[in-house]
Amino acid sequence: MLKVEEQQPVEFSSALMAKCDEISSRYPEGKQKSALLPILHEVQAELGWLSATAMDKVAAYLKIEPIEVYEVASFYSMYFLEPKGKYVLEVCRTGPCCLVGAEKLMEHMEKSLGVKEGEVTADGLFSWRGVECLAACGYGPVLQIGPEYTFYENLDNQKLDTLIEELRKK
Amino acid sequence: MARKLLLEHINVPGINTLDVYRQKGGYRAVEKALKTLTPDEVVEEVKKSGLRGRGGAGFPTGMKWSFLAKPEGVARYLVCNADESEPGTFKDRYLMTHIPHALIEGMIVSSYALGAKTSYIYVRGEMMPQIRILEKAIAEAKNAGFLGKNILGSGYDLELYVQPGGGAYICGEETALLESLEGKRGNPRIKPPFPAIAGLYGCPTVVNNVESIAAVVPIINDGGDEYMKIGIGRSTGTKLISASGNLVRPGVYEIELGLPVEEFIYSDEYCGGIANGKRLKATVAGGSSVPVLPANLTLKLANGEPRLMSYESLSEGGFATGTMLGSGGFIAFDEDQCIVRNTWNFSRFYHHESCGQCSPCREGTGWMEKVLHRLEHGHGKMSDIDLLVDVSKKIEGNTICPLGDAAAWPVASAIRHFRDEFEWHVREPLKSLQTNYGLANYAEPIAKAEVKQEN
Repeated sequence: MLKVEEQQPVEFSSALMAKCDEISSRYPEGKQKSALLPILHEVQAELGWLSATAMDKVAAYLKIEPIEVYEVASFYSMYFLEPKGKYVLEVCRTGPCCLVGAEKLMEHMEKSLGVKEGEVTADGLFSWRGVECLAACGYGPVLQIGPEYTFYENLDNQKLDTLIEELRKK
Repeated sequence: MARKLLLEHINVPGINTLDVYRQKGGYRAVEKALKTLTPDEVVEEVKKSGLRGRGGAGFPTGMKWSFLAKPEGVARYLVCNADESEPGTFKDRYLMTHIPHALIEGMIVSSYALGAKTSYIYVRGEMMPQIRILEKAIAEAKNAGFLGKNILGSGYDLELYVQPGGGAYICGEETALLESLEGKRGNPRIKPPFPAIAGLYGCPTVVNNVESIAAVVPIINDGGDEYMKIGIGRSTGTKLISASGNLVRPGVYEIELGLPVEEFIYSDEYCGGIANGKRLKATVAGGSSVPVLPANLTLKLANGEPRLMSYESLSEGGFATGTMLGSGGFIAFDEDQCIVRNTWNFSRFYHHESCGQCSPCREGTGWMEKVLHRLEHGHGKMSDIDLLVDVSKKIEGNTICPLGDAAAWPVASAIRHFRDEFEWHVREPLKSLQTNYGLANYAEPIAKAEVKQEN
């Protein structure tokens, strides 16, 4: 849920601001609102999630109302409106992946990480959730990890545990 | 071996780079179009080819292009729909990953044909790796003079950008995609006006699927007439099919339209049959939105003739005994799969992805999900089955965009062909929790495939 009343100050790095300028230049003059979705991805990649303060900053940058940012961020499934683990493991839970074992994989994920869907592990490292079709149905079960949305295909319990171990050691 | 137009060089090492792509004949279509053809001549070739939209609707691409309004002094846009999200479909991801320049080249030729000076490729946000691949390919093309000002000295300027989505199936609908590209929620627009008149920023716009745009390249290279010779009837050319589910070799295959479905499923050139020595129970031939068919009707038409992978043959028999080619997302279910569970899963998907604008879809998808959930989990009533049909009929045709139909069809078709399995879930709730209904008579010869009359 979006919590607008919580105000934690945030800073955007100069690299992020430069990226925002580059993105804004892709659209015709006066249509810079088009940059909103890509900019939100960049902000989330840097901060891990989209706080109301961060969204207000984006609104000010694009010279639009904060509500125009909130309504977009809350519509699309990729934007996090609350803090998540450092790694968010997103498993496809739609039909074709379920035919090849996605549901069992999610059960195993819950056991391996020891947290329910949407929760964060005590060390702050991991969250996981089921997401809808990731357009990789022939290679299921699949999962992705943002912000670069690295893809892991043809998973089973063992491969998942290995992946979790590797991320933990990073 | 069948003829390949899009994936011919898929296994060539380095085909994702401009150099190798050009060694294999890449960017010939750009040279040919910009140096020897007028924009209208390019449109004419695409019309002649008979190419139909590869995103799902199957609308003739050339005709869509010819509807584009061309008022003086108003910018025109080409937007590529790479928001591939239809469950069962993953061909665009495959093409963009391995041969990104095929899409870039198609975008240049198509933008030239339409007179667009700025074009966007709207890629679903989850495909960040593909976005990086495309951005790199665009930079390569620009360095080589295929993008930017005065391309190949032709006087034609084009800038091409990649736009990430935010994770919403609805943005695959073209007007929702345009809303999203304008930085808004992905709510489909009321039509008319169609994007060809008022699209991106209110300007005339064409939105085409990745595969449609990539297909423009061989059409220009070889001519629309040559392209039309491939395929069958009004299903011309080749099509990428995404095969998933319980198959020996799931993956993306390029087929000549008109290939028998049986050959596609069982031949070693394609899917290699059903995995683990099981038997085929059902298929969804064109992505989750199209009607599910039992095995017998998948392989044969109601009159016993073989069914082919083409727009016409797959829809032969209407929704009573047919389905649709859709986006080419071919999902195979083996005998151990539960149709009720899968229908519930798809309903949950459509409920999750409904944008919420139209009440029949916003509320109806949720009701269907809940009713299917209780049927699947042993709490269903016999009346629930007709209730589902009733709800699906009240969504179908009553929404701004086709998501409503897409949500209604899988439910209606599952009950049409697998009603006995739904009834079994109600009669045997405990058993249905522990085991599956199995194959029943779905794979029996056609004579036994009975289609019940719907009210």
